[in-house]
Amino acid sequence: MDIAIRCRALRKTYDAKPPVEALRGLELEVRAGECFGLLGPNGAGKTTTVEILEGILDASGGDVEVLGLRWGRDDAALRERLGVSLQETKLADKLTVEETVALFSSFYRKGRPAKDVMADVGLIEKRGAWVVKLSGGQRQRLAVACALVGDPDLLFLDEPTTGLDPQSRRQIWEIVRDLRRRGRTILLTTHYMDEAERLCDRVAVVDHGRVIALGTPSELIASLKGEHVVEFAVNGDGPVAGAGATASGVPGHGPLDPQTLLALPSVTSALADSGGILLTVAEPHLAIPALLERLGRDGLALSRLTTRHASLEDVFVALTGRHLRDD
Amino acid sequence: MRRHPYVLLTRARMKEFLREPEVVFWVFVFPFLLAIGLGIAFRNKPPDEIIVGVVQADGADRVVAALAPAGGFKVETVAAADAARRLRLGKIALVVVPGPSYEYRYDPTRPDSVLARQRVHDALERAAGRADPVEARDTLVTEPGARYIDFLIPGMLGMNIMSGGMWGVGFVLVEMRSRKLLKRLIATPMKRSDFLAAMMTSRMSVVFLQLAMLLVFGRLVFKMVIQGSIASIALLALIGAFSFSGLGLLVASRTSKIETVSGLMNLVMLPMFVFSGIFFSADRFPDVIQPFVRALPLTALNDALRASILEGATLPSQVGRIGVMLAWGVLSFLFALKLFKWS
Ligand SMILES: Nc1ncnc2c1ncn2[C@@H]1O[C@H](COP(=O)(O)OP(=O)(O)OP(=O)(O)O)[C@@H](O)[C@H]1O
Ligand SMILES: [Mg+2]
Repeated sequence: MDIAIRCRALRKTYDAKPPVEALRGLELEVRAGECFGLLGPNGAGKTTTVEILEGILDASGGDVEVLGLRWGRDDAALRERLGVSLQETKLADKLTVEETVALFSSFYRKGRPAKDVMADVGLIEKRGAWVVKLSGGQRQRLAVACALVGDPDLLFLDEPTTGLDPQSRRQIWEIVRDLRRRGRTILLTTHYMDEAERLCDRVAVVDHGRVIALGTPSELIASLKGEHVVEFAVNGDGPVAGAGATASGVPGHGPLDPQTLLALPSVTSALADSGGILLTVAEPHLAIPALLERLGRDGLALSRLTTRHASLEDVFVALTGRHLRDD
Repeated sequence: MRRHPYVLLTRARMKEFLREPEVVFWVFVFPFLLAIGLGIAFRNKPPDEIIVGVVQADGADRVVAALAPAGGFKVETVAAADAARRLRLGKIALVVVPGPSYEYRYDPTRPDSVLARQRVHDALERAAGRADPVEARDTLVTEPGARYIDFLIPGMLGMNIMSGGMWGVGFVLVEMRSRKLLKRLIATPMKRSDFLAAMMTSRMSVVFLQLAMLLVFGRLVFKMVIQGSIASIALLALIGAFSFSGLGLLVASRTSKIETVSGLMNLVMLPMFVFSGIFFSADRFPDVIQPFVRALPLTALNDALRASILEGATLPSQVGRIGVMLAWGVLSFLFALKLFKWS
């Protein structure tokens, strides 16, 4: 299997006061032809990683190989073969869609006709519109179009759908799937776990400048050893029972110590979360009755109970105790 | 058919420029309004009429009759009480008090009063029978080329080339940097030299438009006479645009804040607005600071444009000025390339 990207012990420290260690030994391998997702919270180091791979930023240490080539030696060849969409580029307001695409296309030796690229991203009917007049989703599709003009072997999309409405997000997903079908390698970053689950063959979860988990979305979810998540809350003013030795009055789980719930059948992890308790469960039909019985014994009243399939978000929460998104 | 990126970059820049209504106003309309305003204020009007007051007294009629055939002033008879007040207010230039001997009352610091005294005295002497042995004839000269507006238009052109070059390159670059557009561009195989050259080229094309418009306007409205060849004037404007777009590049080479670059621009342009002879000749500054004044690129450009437009000076006779402009342009460009931050 061909390797499109290989990073070894990648480090980046920004000169600031105090210096910011954005990457602390990041390891990454992206295979040719796959759609790879970098998933992580704000400030995890996703953009830093991607910009180093794109040759825009210099690493402070480590080793990077892109398409078997190296920055600093094969720059011209690399730039011809990469497509880039940055996290926050505002293209020229007063150029039309077609002018913008044609301009970017002219930079590449094998630049594609503007019409073909606009058709790929569904912007043909907007070809004469000024960029400033486009909607957020259309602008993002134009940014992707500018990444596609060179017919790239490897495409970088830094948060291609952040801030977009569901319909615009789906349009971008379609474009990415289409490219993937045509055998292109795609590296995208996101903090939407549903996006990573739907779009990516493999995902690396990044936190504090390191990869803390790697695999296909289903592998990562399976690593929780429970495909289901049971979320519940109890009324905190129930009578205090024996095992609940931890702090009382915590909203949502009252006097209950989550660790004691690990004894319940088929529960693989238990975690206090804002406003309740999260259980990862292999077989909900075994765990839930046991949970209800336990709460009854403690004299605690259930105020909420939901079950759902585990997601990459749960993987992140299980790994770090924090959520991907701050909100 | 594929076009060269340099061509497309230049064209894109020009289109963006022409699609900005306020920019078009500042570059094309504002200088005309300014030239028209100044042209009106400093138009060559007939000299103000000089009024001579003759105090009502014995012999006043005789004086008025004696002054009537003389030209160059108007005569009024005034009451003795009024005379002093009107002289003080500047309504009349000279008071003549008739009598056995004439008395002239006037302020010697007022040129028109001194002139009036001269003319009145001559007229009275002639009326009394003086014969002038020397004969003279006046030929009056008001030629295009010597008027204030002729001086002004090349200055406006120079000022325009400066602010257009600095803002047109500097402001746009900083904006592109703050939008992360420069960063996006260097992620493509685009040649950096193509980009910077396109920035300067589009600027220089705008200068041609400005030059053509100001010269046609000056020719039609103010009957300006253009002595030098259009080609040499255009070349001077181009060298000026090169100089200032280089300076704009330098000023904008690192910052990504519009406020910072605006401040820097004003700091760089202010001395030239003051010292480079836009509205009045730079020769008026004291000798000690002349070397500084002459080293400014706008002084060189303004002087060169004036010499070429008003006196028909050839390019070889202006190597010094051209050298100053080229030096500024080349040095700024080289420094800018060293300092330039793309992201
Ligand atoms: N130019 C810079 N100077 C100083 N610190 C920086 C700079 N750019 C990024 N950082 C810091 O480096 C860390 C990683 O930033 P990065 O942009 O790579 O995160 P990210 O994962 O892309 O986050 P987000 O999801 O918000 O885009 C952050 O703490 C950020 O504040
Ligand atoms: Mg980012």
